[in-house]
Amino acid sequence: MRKSLRFLPLAAGLVVVAVLPRVLYPPVALDIVCWALFAVAVDLLLGYTGLLSFGHAAFWGTSAYTAGLVAEHTGAPFPLAVLAGAAAAAVLAVPVGYLSVRRTGIYFAMVTLAFAQLMYVVANQWRGLTGGENGLQDVPRTLFGTHPFGTDLSDPYYFYYWMLPLALLGFLAAWRIVHSPFGRVLVAIRDNPARARALGYPVHRYKLVAFVLSAALAGLAGGLFAMSHQFVTLDTLHWTTSGQAVVMVVLGGIGTLWGAPVAAAILVRLQDILSLAHFEEVGLLTGGVFVVVVLLFRRGIWGTVAALLRRWRIG
Amino acid sequence: MAAAMMSVRGLSRDFRGFRAVDRVDLDIARDSVHALVGPNGAGKTTLFNLLTGFLTPTAGRVELDGRDITGLPPERIAGLGVARSFQITSLFPQLSAVEQVELALQGHSGRGMAFWRSRRTMRRYREPAMRVLEQVGLEDVAAVPGQELAYGRKRALELALALALHPRVLLLDEPTAGMGLEDIDRTVELIERVRRDRTVVMVEHNMSVVGRLADRVTVLTAGRVLVEGGYDEVRADPRVIDAYLGTGHAAR
Repeated sequence: MRKSLRFLPLAAGLVVVAVLPRVLYPPVALDIVCWALFAVAVDLLLGYTGLLSFGHAAFWGTSAYTAGLVAEHTGAPFPLAVLAGAAAAAVLAVPVGYLSVRRTGIYFAMVTLAFAQLMYVVANQWRGLTGGENGLQDVPRTLFGTHPFGTDLSDPYYFYYWMLPLALLGFLAAWRIVHSPFGRVLVAIRDNPARARALGYPVHRYKLVAFVLSAALAGLAGGLFAMSHQFVTLDTLHWTTSGQAVVMVVLGGIGTLWGAPVAAAILVRLQDILSLAHFEEVGLLTGGVFVVVVLLFRRGIWGTVAALLRRWRIG
Repeated sequence: MAAAMMSVRGLSRDFRGFRAVDRVDLDIARDSVHALVGPNGAGKTTLFNLLTGFLTPTAGRVELDGRDITGLPPERIAGLGVARSFQITSLFPQLSAVEQVELALQGHSGRGMAFWRSRRTMRRYREPAMRVLEQVGLEDVAAVPGQELAYGRKRALELALALALHPRVLLLDEPTAGMGLEDIDRTVELIERVRRDRTVVMVEHNMSVVGRLADRVTVLTAGRVLVEGGYDEVRADPRVIDAYLGTGHAAR
């Protein structure tokens, strides 16, 4: 019974991502998948390593710009451009992580925020490369030309199914990391760092590896986001982008892996509905939802539902 | 002393002007049980943290088997065969007893970095982990999460995690703290068993436990070594009676 139930979320999740662009406006479906992967990357650090990064926009945005520039200047097929972006994010994460993982709590959040702000300023000043406030426009999207197997890659609906395998690879990687010996050590470090050190685990090195892996996944998401929109703006490096990913994790349930994508889907869809209704204060509403969830459902959407299911199964 | 497993020279540690450990010299003989006793605030736990790298000394030097280990981080010192337990029970609340021992056994293999492998590969440690649990009498609660264990069992698991490292030196910070008589007896027997081919350093308040186990006793007060010697010798020393044991204890 329990074993079969374990695969229920997986099966449901696969069905949802398979039909998403059929039930929603395809660009919204693309945004949901990208943000979901980004939020999962943040959950890997916040939920499983106990580190609250408030600067993950640095990795999402750096990858978005890298992927955009690679596609624009080399004409590389989009998966290669996205992977180049993820690699750039991972490389950037090495020095940033090295300098920040020795801090914990609010200090870690502040150091990561500072680095993200630095990247924002650099992108804004380096107009020749990034286009400054105009961003990168008309990023080409190709894979064996523009019409692989007779599908129109410029159509978001078809592009969704071409980018989905890469995104799923990212989710699979996150799942594997959490359920690996490494993932177990991370949880041990999160719960009792002194004891983990006494057992011989170099805590800072583990945190650094977790940081780089998380940045690579955030980069994967950011690269896919750039390819989905075919333009890259400074917003991708803005601190509110980091904040949005953190909100998704808290809303979905910290350390649940499944919660973040659910919250990402809800928030992206909500913002879509609000913008269609010409409601300008989107932040006000998501902020309100955030406050309610933090006050009433501390375990987030996923944690609360899981607890209810458990009670229902026992009772 | 050539046979010293651990030796400490002129070791000091300040906390914002307060000297918690003050120019301590100490030699821990190979394969001995060495007890550190003294009133609260004497610097015993600080000394433990200095020996295991959790604190860096303000001055002085720590040697392990002739090798200078001063200033090495805790995980390196653990890797050199020095395992410690903690005074306040320090476990992983969500992991089961056997999973915690598996984690301890994996510590030095470097396999903990394998983020691409399934957690099931840790099963290779299941059997040796069960043997460690049997050693401390926890085999029947192997699957119980750390946070759900009774106090005495938590203390036993604390010891098991240290033993799982197969240490040359075992540092036990108040292994019988808060235990009932029965658990104390079991712990003393266990330490008797595991001390073979091993050096044990323990902080202990219970003098009868010290008397049963210790080959050598160092008495600390106010961060300094007051007296060092055999148990009977130390117990009879008027300075010790005055500073720590009190006259009532000597009469008993």
